Amino acid sequence: MLSHFVRRLLQAIPTLWLIATLTFLLLRTAPGGPFDDEKPVPPEVKAQIEAHYGLDLPIYQQYFNFLGNTLRGEFGPSYKYTGWEVEEIIGQSFPVSLELGGLALIIALSLGIPIGVLAAIYHGKASETALMGTAMIGICLPTFVLGPLLLLVFSSGLGWFNPLGWSVASDRFLPALTLGLFYGAYIARLTRSGMLDTIQHDYIRTARAKGLKERFVVMRHGLRSALYPVVAYLGPAVAGLISGSFIVETIFFIPGLGMFFVNSAFNRDYTLVMGTVLFYAVLIILFNLLVDLIQMWMNPRTRHD
Amino acid sequence: MSSCRLAALLLALCALCGCEPRKTNVERGNEARELYFGIGTEPAGLDPHLITGLTELHVTLALYEGLATFNTETMEVIPAVAKSWSISEDGCFYTFNFDPNARWSNGDPVTPQDFIYSFERILSPALGAPYAYMLYDMKNADRFHKGELSDFSEVGVSSPDERTLVIELAQPTPYFLSLLTHYTWWPVHPPTIEKHGGMTARISEWTKPKNFVGNGPFKLEEWRINSSIYADRNPFFRDPDSVWLNGVHFLPIQVHAEERAFRAGHLHLTSTVLPHRVNWYQDNMPERMRFDTALGVYYYMFNTSREPLNDPRVRKALAYSIDREAITEHVLKAGQKPAYHFTPPNTGGSYNAEARLIYDPELARQLLAEAGYPGGESFPTFEILYNTSDAHRSIAVAIQQMWKEELGINVTLYNQEWKAYLSTREAGNFDILRAAWFGDYDDPNTFLSLGETDNGNNHTNWSNEDFDQLVEAATLATGNEARFEIFQRAEALLLEEMPVMPIYFYVTSLLIDPSVEGWHANILDYHLYQSVRLRSE
Repeated sequence: MLSHFVRRLLQAIPTLWLIATLTFLLLRTAPGGPFDDEKPVPPEVKAQIEAHYGLDLPIYQQYFNFLGNTLRGEFGPSYKYTGWEVEEIIGQSFPVSLELGGLALIIALSLGIPIGVLAAIYHGKASETALMGTAMIGICLPTFVLGPLLLLVFSSGLGWFNPLGWSVASDRFLPALTLGLFYGAYIARLTRSGMLDTIQHDYIRTARAKGLKERFVVMRHGLRSALYPVVAYLGPAVAGLISGSFIVETIFFIPGLGMFFVNSAFNRDYTLVMGTVLFYAVLIILFNLLVDLIQMWMNPRTRHD
Repeated sequence: MSSCRLAALLLALCALCGCEPRKTNVERGNEARELYFGIGTEPAGLDPHLITGLTELHVTLALYEGLATFNTETMEVIPAVAKSWSISEDGCFYTFNFDPNARWSNGDPVTPQDFIYSFERILSPALGAPYAYMLYDMKNADRFHKGELSDFSEVGVSSPDERTLVIELAQPTPYFLSLLTHYTWWPVHPPTIEKHGGMTARISEWTKPKNFVGNGPFKLEEWRINSSIYADRNPFFRDPDSVWLNGVHFLPIQVHAEERAFRAGHLHLTSTVLPHRVNWYQDNMPERMRFDTALGVYYYMFNTSREPLNDPRVRKALAYSIDREAITEHVLKAGQKPAYHFTPPNTGGSYNAEARLIYDPELARQLLAEAGYPGGESFPTFEILYNTSDAHRSIAVAIQQMWKEELGINVTLYNQEWKAYLSTREAGNFDILRAAWFGDYDDPNTFLSLGETDNGNNHTNWSNEDFDQLVEAATLATGNEARFEIFQRAEALLLEEMPVMPIYFYVTSLLIDPSVEGWHANILDYHLYQSVRLRSE
C-alpha cells in the first residue's frame, strides 16, 4: 500500500510538469499580452514594464525561470493586481472557497446519498420516480439559474437571507445550497445505480436469507459497495468544489478563488493563471490519491493488487 | 439521517436566520457616517502613478490629493495642497504656494520636494508608468521620460523654498490647471516608497494598508482582495473640518449583482445601472437613478488602408446611413446621446463642435454610387470587429441592418475577447473596429489629438498633414477662444475625411440612495468624498 502511495506521488511529478508546460505555452501563444490596454502605452514604456517581470528575456529562459520559481513555490507578483503576490491572492481567497466548497459538499452528501439509497430501495415504485425526478431537476438546473431562484424566494421574497456577501454565518447557506444541490443530485444518481447493482449480488441475497433486517442489509452490507462509484467521483468533484466557482461567487459576491481563475486568463495575468492552474492541479492529484486510499480501505481486494 | 429530519434541520436553520435582526449597510453607514460605494470590479492597484482606470480613480480620490482639485459641482479648479498659485505673463511658469497644514497620513508635512520626487518617479523610464505622458506639458518631461535626458534637474520643476513649487511648461497650456487634478500629478510619500523597493520599483508592497501613507482626506485601513477596501478618516488631513464622513467602504461587487445589493440596502451608490433595468427605475424610482453626461465617445474606426474604405466617400456613405437616434433610443436605452461629431459637447467648458455629420440615407446612396458602388452593387463584404459583449453586439447588429437596408451592402460581425481584440487592433488586422475614448482631461485636445498621424491611439492608418498642423497650432495658441476656433477647423476636417465614425456619447449612470447628499454629477465622473453627507431618516 505504501509503495502504491509513493508510486502515485512520483507519477504526479511528470503530470504537474506537463500541465505547467502546456499552460505556459498556451498562455504565450494566446493573442494579446498582459499589458495591452484600451489606451495603449508607448512601446518604450511597455518594454520597461515587461522588463520588470522578466518578459524581455528569451522565451526559453522565461520558461526555466518559471519552472525554477514554481519549484520554490513562488509564482511571483500578479501582473494585473499590482502590489499583490499570487501566493497572497490564493492565500486570501482559498480559505473562502474551501469553506464554501466544504459546506456544499456536506449538503451534497447529506442529500445525495439518502436519496440514492431510498430510490434503490423503492426501485420500480412511484417513490423512486419522484426521488430521481427531483435529482434530475438538480442536475438540469445550472447554478446560474438555481442561485437567482433561491435568492428570489429566500432573500427577496421571505427576507431570510442577505442577497449577497460573506460576512455573517447565514450568508453561507444559499451559496452552499446552490453549489451543493447540483453535486447532490449527481451523487444521488451514482448512489442509486451503485446500490441497485450491489443488491443483486449473492452476498446480499445471503444476508437476507440469513434473516437479517432489510435496513441492516442495506446499510451494513450494501452501502459500502454502492458508494464505490460515488467515492471515485468525489475526487475531482471535491477539488472542483473547494477551488471556487466563478458563477456562484459572482452571484453571491463571495471573495473566493473562482473569480481569479476566469479573470486571470482574460487579463493574460500569466503568473496568476499559472498559480491558480497548478494549485488546482495539485488539489485534483491529492484528492484522487485520497480517493484511491479510501477505495482500498473500502474494497479489500484492491489492497492486494 | 432521513430526508425528513434533514428537511426539518434546514427549515430550523432558515427560521433561525430569519429571526436574526439585521441592519443594512446603508442604515449602519448613515449612523456611523460611512459611505458604501459599489465600484463594480476589483481595482488593479492603488499606486497613483501606475493605475489607469475609473475604478481606481474612485478609490484613490479618497486617499490622495494633488496641488489642485475640482469643485465637483462647477468643475472649477480649486486649491488643494497648493493653497494659491500665480501664472507668469507668458503662461509658462506656474508658482504654487503650499498649504502649511498639508500633511501625510503619518503626520509628515507635504512638501514641494515630495512633488518633485513624485514627478521624477512617474517620469522615470524604469518605472514604466502607463500615463506618464500626462506630464509632458512640463518642460523636458518628455525627454526625461524617453531617456533622452538623464538629469532630472533639467525638467521644468523646482522649489525655491520649503513652501513653494514652480512648474515650467514647454509651452503655454491653457488647460494645465485641470491636468493637475489627474492622478498622475498626485504625490507619493518618498520615505515610504524608498522603504518598499525604491523609486522605480513597480512590484512593491507600499500600497498595503500596513505600509500605506497618503495625503487624502482618508487613509487606507483595510484591503481584502475581491472583497472590500475600507478608507478611514485621515486625522492629519489639511482641512479636517471639510470632511463629514468617517469612512468609505469600496465594494467590488460585479455589475450584475450590484443592483440587487443596492435594493437590499447594501450600497449607497453603485458603479452603473444595467441597461435592461433602466426602464424599471425610470418608471418606479426615478429619484434613485442618475444619468450624468460623460466625457466619452463611442465610435467605429475605419481601416483607411483597405479598399473600399480608403475612399472618404465610402466612409461618409457608411456614416450618413446610420440612424443614431434609433440606436440610442431603442438599442441602448440608457440616456446616451447620438454623436454627430467626435468631441463630446461642452468639452473644456464651452467647446461645441459646429461641424456635424448628418443622417441622410439618400446622400449616402449617392456618395456610394459616386465611389463606384451604385445600390451597393459589387461592394465587397467586410467585417465589423468588436470585443465580446452583448452591448457591442446589439449595436453592431443594428448598424449591419441599417447598412443592408439603406445601402444594400453586406457586413459580417466578428467578435474577439478583450486581449485578442487589442492584439488584432494593434496589428491593424481589421476593416471596421469598435472603439471608445474617454477624455483624460477636460479639453478638446484629448479627443482631436487622436487623429494625429503619430498618435499611438490612431489605428486607422489615416494621416492628414493639415489636420496635424491644426492640432499642433491649437496647442500653441493662447486663449481658449483662439484654440477652440482652430479645433473647430480640425473637427470639420475630421468629419470631412471620416477616418472615424462617431456613434454616441457616453453617459455615466448610477443608482444613488436618497440619504446621499453632495454627490455631484460631472463629465469626468470625478467625486470628492469631502463633499458627501449622509442624511439619516
